[in-house]
Amino acid sequence: MTDWYMLLAAALFTIGAIGILVRRNALVMFMCVELMLNAVNLTLVSAGRALETLDGQLATFFVLVVAAAEVVIGLAIIVAIFRHRETASVDELSELKG
Amino acid sequence: MSDFLWLVIALPLAGSVALHFLGRFMREPLPGWLATLAIAGSFAVAAGAAIPFFAGTGETEHLVIWEWMPAIGATFELQWDPLSALMALVVTGVGTLIHIFAIGYMHGDERFHRFFTYLNLFAASMLTLVLAGNYAMLFVGWELVGLCSFLLIGFWFTRPSASAAAKKAFVVNRIGDLGFLIGLMVMFATFGTLSFEGVLERAGAELTAGTATAIGLLFLVGAAGKSAQVPLYVWLPDAMEGPTPVSALIHAATMVTAGVYVVARSSPIYAESAVASGVVAVIGAITAIWAASIAIGQRDIKKVLAYSTVSQLGYMFMGVGATAYVAGVFHLMTHAFFKALLFLGAGSVIHAMSDEQDMYKMGGLARRMPVTAATMGIATLAIAGIPPLAGFWSKDEILGALFERGGIYSALWVVGLITALMTAFYMTRQWVLVFTGEPRWDEGVEPHESPRVMTLPLLALAVLSVVAGFVNTPFRFALEHFLEPAFEGVEMQHAPEGWGMFLVLAALSSLAGVAGVAAGWLAYNRPADAWRRFQEGFGRLWTAWEEAYRIDDLYGAVIVAPGRRIAEATAFQIDSKVIDGAVNGVGALFFRIGSGLRLLQTGYVRNYGAGFAAGLLIVAIWLVMRGLS
Repeated sequence: MTDWYMLLAAALFTIGAIGILVRRNALVMFMCVELMLNAVNLTLVSAGRALETLDGQLATFFVLVVAAAEVVIGLAIIVAIFRHRETASVDELSELKG
Repeated sequence: MSDFLWLVIALPLAGSVALHFLGRFMREPLPGWLATLAIAGSFAVAAGAAIPFFAGTGETEHLVIWEWMPAIGATFELQWDPLSALMALVVTGVGTLIHIFAIGYMHGDERFHRFFTYLNLFAASMLTLVLAGNYAMLFVGWELVGLCSFLLIGFWFTRPSASAAAKKAFVVNRIGDLGFLIGLMVMFATFGTLSFEGVLERAGAELTAGTATAIGLLFLVGAAGKSAQVPLYVWLPDAMEGPTPVSALIHAATMVTAGVYVVARSSPIYAESAVASGVVAVIGAITAIWAASIAIGQRDIKKVLAYSTVSQLGYMFMGVGATAYVAGVFHLMTHAFFKALLFLGAGSVIHAMSDEQDMYKMGGLARRMPVTAATMGIATLAIAGIPPLAGFWSKDEILGALFERGGIYSALWVVGLITALMTAFYMTRQWVLVFTGEPRWDEGVEPHESPRVMTLPLLALAVLSVVAGFVNTPFRFALEHFLEPAFEGVEMQHAPEGWGMFLVLAALSSLAGVAGVAAGWLAYNRPADAWRRFQEGFGRLWTAWEEAYRIDDLYGAVIVAPGRRIAEATAFQIDSKVIDGAVNGVGALFFRIGSGLRLLQTGYVRNYGAGFAAGLLIVAIWLVMRGLS
């Protein structure tokens, strides 16, 4: 039973990772990050269930809180950039290249 | 009285320090008189402390002022014995007269006070040298006088020739000093101390002939540098770029005799090595006749005296080399008087001629400046060895000792006689060219006798040039007895005993002197055309003398030019290409690496993400592999 949850989590994580690498829109990339975080949450919860401990669920709460904080800051930055540059494409934000 | 001995050095030193800081607030003659006062006070203290030696009751005394490096016998210690007393009296006595003269000579110079600062500093340094109680302190004085010599030769440093001459003197002296320093190291390795007491009293018992020769020859290298002996004499003629009182004080009367003093002081060491003594005498003889021949052809009034000084120093080396230490020191003393007088007289002439130094443009000055002419005439006769003036007695004693020693020294005796003849000739030539005949002055030059502040020292030195010889005559060896305690236990060469031999030798040397004077007089007391033809009659020989055998060109080609090429090669090839290349290469290497790595920073978020993912993958694989094995 647990294997299926794990496979689902791996699939979600891979989709999120590939999304980060191929998409250019900052908002979409953000959603991919959320996808990866929740894939991890799924592994934690299912592993906790299989091992019959509460540790997995406990860790998940921390991840949720951190993710919420991160979304707040990240979205604020994206909005600020959009106001400034009228774009959300990360390829056009490459001034810091060497 | 000798408790106050430190004042001998402290007075001129204090004068120098005071003038250095306060001199520029004083009006002109004051710094000169302060400096004169300092050195005159030093003379008074030295004379007072020397009274017991004159009375024959004095004993060698040591006065430790400061324990500097007691472990190697290098304390700041004064030794007061007849030899240092005599040297101190000559330095301060002649020094005082020259200080007074300089007040007149340096009149109007904008760095008047600075001149006397240096002059007093020199006096303090020279007194440190001669009063030192060990070789370490002697070396300190030795280097300090070299520094003062450099400062004073280059006193008019805005003249390129003066600053070049100062550098030359400094560099040539360094060569000699290196030899001296190595000699001191050998001495320390042998005895474990550098104090006179420790070294000289044990020299006879503990020194092997080989070590004695090594130390003696290394000291000779140092002495040859400082006392301008072949082959290191070339700096002294150039040193005439300094003001004339400097030439008189440093480059005639005192500093250049330091080499003779060191050899005399180290007599117990030279006593152990006939080779070292012989080399000293031979070097002296070569120098004496070599420089005398150059002096004949000079036309610059100071250059004649410079080469004459080199030649006379060679005479002193002949004396101390033949272990006739008293004779050498005796000649040192008389030479200090008449050579200082000659230089000051030349200074008086240069002053009167508005800085003209070419003797061919002088002539007939005796009527305009009778005091200078008379006193320089006395000095000329004294250096020519005409009895009964000072030079005759001291020169005769050296010649007598050489003759009595026999062997190879007989050849040196002949060299000495020929040199005496040449000396008499070129000195008479100088006097006649300057003071008699028709004036050959440039237009607008109006010679006049110098002020009294300059002529009085001339008169005092003239008196000394006449009477100084009587301190050591076959009638009464007063100086010999005076110096005896300083040369205790050292076997010393004397002139032959007995009146017959003395009269024969004295007749020969006076004959050489008289012949030289007569030849000089006959050749030059004629119209200018006549003596010019006389000089041209010598042909290329005369040119060689006039150009000083072109030794400077030879040194320039053999030593200076290769040295310069090496310097240029190291500066512009090795330094700027190899050293700088390595340093710049390291910089360039990191610059290139940096520019390469810079490209990794693309600014595209997905590239960073890819790196991140790749790293994660690697870590994950590693974890899995570890878990499997």
